[in-house]
Amino acid sequence: MEKKYKNTFKQGAIPSEFIANAIAKHQSKKDIGAHNIFLGQVRADEVDGKIVSAIEYTAYEEMANQKFHEVREATFEKYNLSCMHVYHSLGTVETGEICLFVFVSSPRRKEVFEALEYVVEKIKSEVPVFGKEIFEDESHQWKVNS
Amino acid sequence: MKVEIKYFGMLAEITGCSTERFTVVDLKMAGLKKELLKKYPDFANTDFRMAQNKELVTDTTLLTGKEIAVLPPFAGG
Repeated sequence: MEKKYKNTFKQGAIPSEFIANAIAKHQSKKDIGAHNIFLGQVRADEVDGKIVSAIEYTAYEEMANQKFHEVREATFEKYNLSCMHVYHSLGTVETGEICLFVFVSSPRRKEVFEALEYVVEKIKSEVPVFGKEIFEDESHQWKVNS
Repeated sequence: MKVEIKYFGMLAEITGCSTERFTVVDLKMAGLKKELLKKYPDFANTDFRMAQNKELVTDTTLLTGKEIAVLPPFAGG
């Protein structure tokens, strides 16, 4: 049977309450001395005079969840982390809203600074997520990570 | 060999469908890519990559008939 990986996706934007709750949940873990958080926010880019109003995310979900799992394993292998959480949006996320939430925790700060960058860069380059940038006039273009 | 191909993002927009059955003679990924480009010349305008069984593959990879997907550039985050 094929292995089922944890679902990293959430429908729509990631609410700030969800992020606050995630922080609160770690108060009972007393071995942690440092958290680091990355929040990806949808930017109102201007292309040929048109402004992006939202990004509609889709993904090759089975492969993406497998890749998220592999990124997680590689990160734990490389850094001394207590825990790590990743959430990515699917569907429409408006400009100013959060589409990616990465949360790493460790006994010490050095590890979380390095680990967070490592995780975010790996997600951007290895996870098959696709973004359709919707302009205010409802036309669109496909986003490419730089 | 008959294979089922998944399309995503801008590629699904070009094909107008998200999955399609293809009959391939050349069992290397390069052969399948050639067939795809013949059917959908607009694929040439995108920097697409191929995955088989949820792993990225190269032109010389042999087709196993397992889940094949054509992936446009990634845009996560």
